[in-house]
Amino acid sequence: MTLSLEGLRLPLTPFALELDATLSAHVTAVFGPSGAGKTSLLEAVAGLRHPERGRIVLSGRVLDDAARGVRVPPRQRAVGYVTQDDSLFPHLSVAGNLRYGAGRGLAERPALAEDRVVDVLGLSLLLDRRPSTLSGGERRRVALGRALLSAPEILLLDEPLSGLDRVLKDRVLEHLLKVKAAFPLPILYVTHEAAEVVALADEVVILESGRVAALGPPGEIFQGVAHVSSA
Amino acid sequence: MSAFAVDLPVVWFTLRVAALAVLLLAPFGLALALLLARRRFPGKALLETLVSLPLVLPPVATGLLLLKFLGRRGPGGRAAQALFGMDVVFTWKAVVVAMMVMSLPLLVRTARVAFEEVNPRLEAVARTLGASEARVLSTVTLPLASRGIAAGLLLAFARALGEFGATILVAGNIPGRTTTIATAIYNDVQTGLDGRAYGLLAVSAALAFGAIFLSEVWLKRRTNA
Repeated sequence: MTLSLEGLRLPLTPFALELDATLSAHVTAVFGPSGAGKTSLLEAVAGLRHPERGRIVLSGRVLDDAARGVRVPPRQRAVGYVTQDDSLFPHLSVAGNLRYGAGRGLAERPALAEDRVVDVLGLSLLLDRRPSTLSGGERRRVALGRALLSAPEILLLDEPLSGLDRVLKDRVLEHLLKVKAAFPLPILYVTHEAAEVVALADEVVILESGRVAALGPPGEIFQGVAHVSSA
Repeated sequence: MSAFAVDLPVVWFTLRVAALAVLLLAPFGLALALLLARRRFPGKALLETLVSLPLVLPPVATGLLLLKFLGRRGPGGRAAQALFGMDVVFTWKAVVVAMMVMSLPLLVRTARVAFEEVNPRLEAVARTLGASEARVLSTVTLPLASRGIAAGLLLAFARALGEFGATILVAGNIPGRTTTIATAIYNDVQTGLDGRAYGLLAVSAALAFGAIFLSEVWLKRRTNA
């Protein structure tokens, strides 16, 4: 899988996100301070925001091409987007949430088996519960499972550990590592925690004020960046 | 003073036409509420004003407008004549139309707030999960707004039950044909049948109380409890 961001320009306030990058690692972290444009990048890939210039190409499939007016709608993009607030459907059970996008089954990509996703994320005891009765960590896992079951070609995770206490963070991180090991699905992982990048990512893009400040394996990048801890 | 009595045929007629009015109004009113809640377009403020106008315009004035519009020489009246070969004014159909117009603002305003309270993020996520616009509407937007929609429909129904001013102009007050609870109370008082008027007063008070009480309960209960 390759996600190409070609001459991409997304107008934001107070700056514009301008990216030119080809991402092909299994897990790519998008790292930077809040307000650097990380979430906007995920929204653009998910089709919830459209670039003013440039192209977004996912594994040879053009999702956006501003010059030619191409805008693939979100439902046809096959992206598993997990928002920062997890956005679970409050009126559906956990099972209802998990199955919401299941069965989209794009012909070329068979859907993942529900049992396997439930097993990897440890959701089997939660299936009948309502989202309002779940803990923060459980909610993140359900949102992750729902995205996985929609047969995505890429997972977009927006700070999946933010707002959790240390214990829950570690538990969700464990599940993320399991997901990484169990499914060969590429992941674009937005975070402002260097520790998460090191634990999970194969490659990291450092975003600053809408521009790529550095791109490479976390080990190399973080050695060369002096102000990581302040991000 | 006449004996206390409930004019059941009038009550039954009023309930039926009010229910029909709300049923016919619902698809249009809800679509309008959704449009106002979710879209920006030129002329939006004008549309909002038009929708709310029946709330503040004297009902009799609204009735006069409807009478001109639906009369034999009005565009609405001609269309009804050409399409269905029927007269509208001074029939039960005019009662339904008067009730629809007068209830519209209550339905649209209540449902609009309900739609605005649905987090657009949930709809966006549903789209990324492969849902079409129709599926987003039927599985996310409408269920999450359902209590507000139900409350709006109930308020519209209650408003329709009590409609007087527009009805009397466009449908008249023809006993057995267009007389509703509200116009019957007026008739009964005018003709000294106070007992019958009090009977209808009791019925309309009970209906109004029940409708408002239920809609308040629905509006206050959270959908995702």
